[in-house]
Amino acid sequence: MSVLALYAPGPSVLHRTPAGVKLAALAGLSVLLFAVPELPVAAGAFAVVVLLALAGARLRPRQVVAQLRPVWLWLAGLLVFHLIVTDLATGALAVLRLAALVLAAAVVTATSKVAELVAVIEWLCAPLRLVGVRPGRVGLAIAMTLRFIPLVAERAERIREAQAARGATRPMFLLLVPLLVQVLQLAHTTAEALDARGADDEAPPRALWRRA
Amino acid sequence: MARPWRRTAARPAEDVTARPRTALELIHVGHAYGERTVLRDVSLVLAEHRVGVIGGNGSGKSTFARLLNGLVLPTAGRVLVDGLDTAEDLRAVRRRVGFVFQDPDAQIVHPTVAEDVAFGLQNQRVPAAERAARVAEVLARYGLDGHADHPAHLLSGGQKQLLAIAGVLVMRPARVVFDEPTTLLDLANRRRVARVVEELEQDAVVVTHDLDLLAGFDRVLVFEDGRVAADGSPAETVAWYVRRMT
Repeated sequence: MSVLALYAPGPSVLHRTPAGVKLAALAGLSVLLFAVPELPVAAGAFAVVVLLALAGARLRPRQVVAQLRPVWLWLAGLLVFHLIVTDLATGALAVLRLAALVLAAAVVTATSKVAELVAVIEWLCAPLRLVGVRPGRVGLAIAMTLRFIPLVAERAERIREAQAARGATRPMFLLLVPLLVQVLQLAHTTAEALDARGADDEAPPRALWRRA
Repeated sequence: MARPWRRTAARPAEDVTARPRTALELIHVGHAYGERTVLRDVSLVLAEHRVGVIGGNGSGKSTFARLLNGLVLPTAGRVLVDGLDTAEDLRAVRRRVGFVFQDPDAQIVHPTVAEDVAFGLQNQRVPAAERAARVAEVLARYGLDGHADHPAHLLSGGQKQLLAIAGVLVMRPARVVFDEPTTLLDLANRRRVARVVEELEQDAVVVTHDLDLLAGFDRVLVFEDGRVAADGSPAETVAWYVRRMT
């Protein structure tokens, strides 16, 4: 499942909460979990996040499990590592801490549109106008990254299939060059599309040092 | 003329359809990519509602299409859109002439459907409330209103092309240039796109290999080796082109 497919439209309290507040809470939770390395704190945080996902965001249990699926192998490996090197309590702390953060981030993604998250990032980047950075462009770059990740993955899969159909034995290695060519062609046309859709309508801000 | 580096205050979106539409004019236009000449001395006045452009691969028709909204500037001659020179009034020209690309995946730049449609309006500084209303209206018109928050990459090929068209038409250009809009589509979606072109209020220039799409057009140009080899009604020019290609 792609990052983008994680947004689940809904009428919940968390859906209505501003994305900036959710991102700030996520940052606060990260600081708390690493500043207070206690098992009860990590376990409590995990429980609260699960509760928020189910009750606050109205996600179905299946959706909550799906958020953790991509990392469960990694978490299991981390627990095994700690069982060998340290002890169960330390391993459980590490796993619960990371699981709580992954799930919390997933809840933020599931309840916030990409546009809202990008708007927060643009707001955070607003002071960079002073040095000539256009926050809108930063937001556009992030949005385009999210848009093109699944597209490039799809193109890579098409090339892999085409090569496999012609008997290629090492498609992962062989697909790099044709994929690069396709991505460059795509980038060229997308640049034209951005021009055609008025992306250059915004005049760049003058950096303070340039004005001076 | 405003200095390009000066930041301007948010301004209300200008409805360019309100401006008088006159014609697209090409005056002795040529274009070369380095040593390779793709258009030679093309002079035309296009004032018809729907103009089709056909020709073999490499005949210069896609470059011709790109000249019409300044994506490509002529290396010889001038291109005028309602009197505006693409080399001098590029932003005004692009506001008047929308462009729909062959591959919608290259044109869709935002992750979700509604966000992508809103992209052009954000660039035009359309206020948020009006933006939302126009996005909702155009999504409903093209049957995408149920997909507003869906990831664009999960749409079907036909839906992606409709999204690309919606993203252009929401900006209310006076003219729309389509570069092979049906090439990647199945029969049903080709017909849907043909219907969209047919129902357009705006003037349209359609570059295509799909000869059926040209039925009912006012004028068809046939490009060959960078020149206009035939120019006339769809019946005449398509028949000439088919004879030429077989």
